[in-house]
Amino acid sequence: MGIHTQPARLLPGSLIAALLALGAAGPALGDDDDHNDEYDDYHEHGERHVGRWVEPGEDVRPVSNAAYAEECGACHMAYQPGLLPGAAWQRIMAPDALMDHYGDDASLSDDVRRELAGYLTTHGAELSRKSRARAFGVGDSGSGTLPRITATRYFRNEHHEIPSRMVEGNPDVGSFSNCNACHQGAGDGVYNEHRVRIPGYGRWDD
Amino acid sequence: MNHTHPDVPIGLRSAGLHCACLLMAAAWSTAVHAGDPAAGARAWVREYPQPGGVPARSCVTCHTADLAQPGRHAKTGKSIEPMAPSVNPERLTDPAKVAKWLGRNCRWTLGRACTAAEKADFLAYIETQ
Repeated sequence: MGIHTQPARLLPGSLIAALLALGAAGPALGDDDDHNDEYDDYHEHGERHVGRWVEPGEDVRPVSNAAYAEECGACHMAYQPGLLPGAAWQRIMAPDALMDHYGDDASLSDDVRRELAGYLTTHGAELSRKSRARAFGVGDSGSGTLPRITATRYFRNEHHEIPSRMVEGNPDVGSFSNCNACHQGAGDGVYNEHRVRIPGYGRWDD
Repeated sequence: MNHTHPDVPIGLRSAGLHCACLLMAAAWSTAVHAGDPAAGARAWVREYPQPGGVPARSCVTCHTADLAQPGRHAKTGKSIEPMAPSVNPERLTDPAKVAKWLGRNCRWTLGRACTAAEKADFLAYIETQ
């Protein structure tokens, strides 16, 4: 990307007015509400194009369930439900699967487990209106025992150029599962490349 | 294996009597054990060999040997708040949380559920830190 982020709010008011008058701002102008799914179809990979300025927005809906944020966030980033399809979440949240959760014991009481599974499956990738989240629902989620976000076709396509030394070989990252080690906005559901800073390496532009 | 204890009054937890509640939580299905801090301290550092070339595990693997210090999740690297109530007063105040983590961590570390006596010893040890 040759165009660097320039928040729209820094534009002089008169220029915004001129753009509006010329009708040159595209359909996303005026959409200041990142949480409003009705406008998401105007976003390309979570970026709002305003003339030549690009403002990053959410790519997946941020976590909105407090129990999920606490229970799953105790050990790792609470991945947004839009990062996997509902059926994949259903498999991950089965009682037996939680007892061997990617090598860890993540057992939950049944009432908590049901609540979290319900939240995840009703907010899965295939139900999202956000294009990047929907992309995570395409194809399978890996051939292993449990689905993995990092095994989805979309994830692999987006990360295949990144050398292993920057991730697995990087003590400050360790794994592609640590989204927020590099994606500065991961906790807010923002995954565009402008917010990527690889520890020890800096920005990543492909 | 996770027990919830609806009959432990909320007020007790905030009245400084959480230790008694937690002992009940640990030993709910059998006799109540007093818990031996020294035994808990020994059990804290005991290493359990793992199959398949996985490094041996103990409580120290994630929580370190100094309970006043933060730990680190063995797999994800996420920081774990100190276990010692002296520096982290939130510890041992929620019986359901204690039961959940004893269940998970005993299975992950020892490869089996802890006995009620073992749980009581761990809690007695943590309580002194």
